[in-house]
Amino acid sequence: MLAYLVKRVFQAIGVMLVISLIGFAIQDNLGDPLRELVGQSVTEEVREELRDQLGLNDSFVKQYSRFLGNALQGDLGTSYFFKEPALDVILKKLPATLELVFGATLIIVGLSVPLGVYTAIKPNTILSRIIMGVSIVGISIPVFLTAILMIYVFAVGYGWFPSFGRGDVVHVFGYWDTNFASVDGWMHIILPSLALASIMLPLFIRLIRAEMMEVLQSEYVKYAKAKGIHPSRIYFVHALKNTLLPVITVGGVQIGTMVAYTILTETVFQWPGMGFMFLEAVNRVDTPLIVAYLIVVGFIFVVTNTIVDLIYGLVNPTVNLARMGA
Amino acid sequence: MSLLSVRDLSVKFAMRDHSVTALKGIDFDLAKGERLGIVGESGAGKSITGFALMNLLSRPGFIDQGKILFQGKDIVHMSDAEMRTIRGNRMAMIFQDPMVTLNPVLTIGQQMVETLKAHRKLSKSDAEQIAIMKLRQVYIPSPEERLNQYPHELSGGMRQRIVIAIALLLDPELIIADEPTTALDVTIQADIMELLLELCQSSKVGLILITHDLGVVSQMTDRTLVMYAGKIIESGRTSEIINDPQHPYTQGLINALPQQTEPGRRLKQIPGNMPSLTGIPDGCAFSPRCEFATDQCRITPPEIVQYEHVAVACHEVNRLHHVTSKGLDK
Amino acid sequence: MSNFSTNVEASRFSRMWNSNMGYSFRRNPVAVVSLCIFAAIALMAIFAPLIAPFDPYDLSQIDIMNSEYPPVWIDGADKQFLFGTDDQGRDLWSTILYGTRLSLLIGLCAVTLQAFLGISIGLISGYVGGRLDSLLMRMADIQLSFSTLMVAIIFLAVTQAMFGSETFNQYAIYFLIAVIGVSEWPQYARTVRATVLAEKKKEYVDSARVLGFGPMRIMVRHILPNSLSPIFVISTVQVANAIISEASLSFLGLGMPPSQPSLGSLISSGFDYIFSGSWWITAIPGVILVVLVLVINLLGDWMRDVLNPKLYKG
Repeated sequence: MLAYLVKRVFQAIGVMLVISLIGFAIQDNLGDPLRELVGQSVTEEVREELRDQLGLNDSFVKQYSRFLGNALQGDLGTSYFFKEPALDVILKKLPATLELVFGATLIIVGLSVPLGVYTAIKPNTILSRIIMGVSIVGISIPVFLTAILMIYVFAVGYGWFPSFGRGDVVHVFGYWDTNFASVDGWMHIILPSLALASIMLPLFIRLIRAEMMEVLQSEYVKYAKAKGIHPSRIYFVHALKNTLLPVITVGGVQIGTMVAYTILTETVFQWPGMGFMFLEAVNRVDTPLIVAYLIVVGFIFVVTNTIVDLIYGLVNPTVNLARMGA
Repeated sequence: MSLLSVRDLSVKFAMRDHSVTALKGIDFDLAKGERLGIVGESGAGKSITGFALMNLLSRPGFIDQGKILFQGKDIVHMSDAEMRTIRGNRMAMIFQDPMVTLNPVLTIGQQMVETLKAHRKLSKSDAEQIAIMKLRQVYIPSPEERLNQYPHELSGGMRQRIVIAIALLLDPELIIADEPTTALDVTIQADIMELLLELCQSSKVGLILITHDLGVVSQMTDRTLVMYAGKIIESGRTSEIINDPQHPYTQGLINALPQQTEPGRRLKQIPGNMPSLTGIPDGCAFSPRCEFATDQCRITPPEIVQYEHVAVACHEVNRLHHVTSKGLDK
Repeated sequence: MSNFSTNVEASRFSRMWNSNMGYSFRRNPVAVVSLCIFAAIALMAIFAPLIAPFDPYDLSQIDIMNSEYPPVWIDGADKQFLFGTDDQGRDLWSTILYGTRLSLLIGLCAVTLQAFLGISIGLISGYVGGRLDSLLMRMADIQLSFSTLMVAIIFLAVTQAMFGSETFNQYAIYFLIAVIGVSEWPQYARTVRATVLAEKKKEYVDSARVLGFGPMRIMVRHILPNSLSPIFVISTVQVANAIISEASLSFLGLGMPPSQPSLGSLISSGFDYIFSGSWWITAIPGVILVVLVLVINLLGDWMRDVLNPKLYKG
C-alpha cells in the first residue's frame, strides 16, 4: 500500500514538473516583462542593466530553478493587469469555479446512478427509451449551446432564474464566498450547474447502463439468482458494486474535463470564476496569470487523478496495492 | 413420489423472427437421494437442461412447454417470488467455472451469509457459524479466516469447494452440478468429484451431474441420460448403459474412451460433428454420422422404446444389438 | 476488364447489403434516417461553393447595411437571404454552408490524425512490448488523465497570445487540427494494442513470422484487419467529439475567426446579439451543429450494437 502510494506520488510530482517546465517556457517566450515594468521609453543600456538585475540573462537552468523555487513558495509572479500576486488572483476566483463544479457533480452523481441502473435493469420500458433518447441528444449538444438555450428560455423567456453572475454570496472564510447559503445564491448557481452537468450526465448514464448490463450478464449474477437472492440485493449489491468500479476511473478523468467546461459555462453566464478570468488574461496577454492558471489547473488534475486512483485501489479488492507498488 | 419429474420439456431460443428448438421432449424422473448423470457432447443441451430445471434460462431462451414437478409442484409456472424460495434452498446449483462464479467484490462470508439469510431468519453470527460448519465439511482449512477473504485470494479448487459448501448451506434435496470440474486442474478434479459423492451419499441429497465424461458418470451416478442434439436418446441404469449401450451414439462414446482402446492404437472417434441447433436433420438427428442408418432413420425421428434394460431412441436397435455385440467381441 | 471490375463491385455491395450489418441497418429506421441526414449535410458541405447563393469570404459581396435581417418566414425579412443575415450582413445560409464545411473538415482531419498516431503507437507498443510498451502506455494514461479540451484551450490560448490574433487566425485551422488530433491518440493506441496482444498469441502470427515475413507486413496484413471494427466505432464517436471540441474552442474565440467562421464561431458571434432579438444567428447554426453531431452519435451507437467490438476499458 505504502509503496503504491509513494509510486503514485512520485508520478504526480513528475507530471507537475513537466507542467512547470511548460509554464516556464511560456513565461520565457510570451510577452516582455520589461515592457510591462518600464514601458518602451527607456534606452537600450538601461534595459540591458534591468535584464541583468532581473536575472533574464541567466542560463536556462538557473532561470528555471529560480522559477521552480518561487513556485514552491507560492510565488507564481505578479499579474500585469491586477498588479497582485497571480496566485492570489486565482485563489480568489477558485471558490466560484469549485462551487460550480460541486453543483454539477451533485446533479451528475444524484441522477446518473439511479437512471443508469434503471435503464440497465428495464431496458425495454418506454421510460428507459426516453431516458436513452434524451441522453444521446444530451451528449450531442455542446455545453455552451445548452447554456445559451437555458438563458434564453429560463432567464430571458420565463424569467425564473437570473441570467448572469453569482448573485448574493455569503462570506465563509478567507477568499471563500459561497452560493449555497442564500436563496439568491441558489437561484444563480442552478442554471450554470445544470449547463455544466448537461453533457456529463448523459455520458455517465450511458456508461453506468453499459457497465451494469455487462455485469448483469455475468456468471456471478446468474449464480446469485441460483442462490435465491432477492433481485434488489442482486442489483444494488452484486451488480452495482462491480459496475461502479470502472465508473470511478472514468469519473476521475471527467472531473478534470469539467474544469475545462467551466471555462465555457463561466463565459456564457459571466460567472466570476477562474475560467472566465483565464480568458480575460489571454485577451490581455497577462502572462503570469496564464502561467499561474496552467499550474493551478494542472495541480487540480494531478491531485484528483491521484486520489481517484488510490480510491479505486482501496475499493476494489482484486487490486493488490502492495503488488502494484513493486 | 419422486423428487423431480420432468415431462415433455421443450426449450426454445427466440431468434430475430422465428425460434429455434434447443430441447425437445425431455422426460425423466429422479427419486429422493438418487444421483443422475446427464451425458453428451457440448451443445447437446445438457447445460440448458440444468438451467431449465432451476427455471433460470436467460433470454433469449425460454421454456416452451412441458412440466417440471419438484416435490409435486410445477416450477415452470411459479412466480419469481415462489421460485426464489426453492432456488438455493431446496435446489442448489454448482456452476462450471469457480473462477467466475463467485462475486469478486464480496467476501466469501458475505456470499455465504446472504444465501442463508435469503431463506431463513438468522442473525449474522448464527449464519456465520453455519457457514463455518459447512466449510469444514468440504475440508477447507481454517474456515474462520476464509470468511473475510475475497474469491481472488483463493485457488480454483478451493473456490469450487466453497461453491459446494454454499450449495449445502440449506441442506437442499437436490444439487445440480454443471460440469463442476472441467475448469479445474486435472489433479484436483478427482478430489472434487469424490467430495461431491461423499457429501451426497452422507446427507442423501439428490444429484444431477452434467458432464461429457462417461468415466465420471460411471463412478458417481445411479442412472444416466445420454443427450444428443437436444433430445434424450438413451437412458437407464448407469451400469447397464456403460456395459451394454444400445444406441449407436452411446456405443460410439464408450468406444471412444481411452480405456476401450489398446495402447498404441488410434482412439475410435465418432466421425463428423453434432449438428448445430439450426441445422438438425430430419429423422434421427444422429443419422448422418451413424454407420447403421437406413432410409427410415433419415425420414422419421425414432420414438423412445424400452429395450432390454434401457430406454433408447433408435429404429435399428433390434437388428443392431447383435451386430455390435459381435463387433465388440472382436 | 471494366465489366469484370463492376461485377466485383456489385457483388461486394450485395454482400454488404445482405450481411448481418446490412440486415440490421435496414431494420433500424434510426440508422437509416441518420445516415441520410449525415449524407445530406456532408453533400451540402462538400458542394457549399456551388449551393451557396453568396460567398461569405468575398468582402465585396458583404454589405453591413444588410446586417441582422431575420429569416424569410419572419416579418421584416429580405427575400434574398433565406435564413437572414448575421451581424456583419453576411447571408446566414451561405455562411452556415461554409461553416459546416469547415467544422466537418476539421473534425475529420483531426480524427484522421488521431487514428494515424494512435494506431501506429498501439501497433508498435503491442508488437515490441517490454519497456517501450510500458513507457508508451504510461504516457497514454497521463495524456488521458488530462482533458483534451483543457489542453486545447491552454495550447491555443498561449499560441494566440504568442503570435498575435492576425497570424493565429490565418493558421487557426491547422492549429485546431493539430491540437485536437494529437491529444486523443491514446483512445486508439490502447484498443489497437489490446488487439495486437490478443492476436500475437495466435498461431497464424507465429507462422507468418516463421515464413519470414517482417513485422511491418505481419502487422499491416494480419493484425490490423482484426482491429478494424473497434477502430470504426471509436472513430465515429471521435468525429462527433472533435466537432464539438472545435465548436467549443471557436466559441471561446480560440478557434476559427469570425471572418472565416465555423459553426462554433458563428454561434459565438450570434451570442452577442441574442438578447437584442437576433436569435437566428445563434439558433440556426446551433441546430445544424446539434443535428450533425447527433446523427454521427446515433450512427456510432448503431455500429457499436452491431459490431460489438471489444473496446479497451481503463
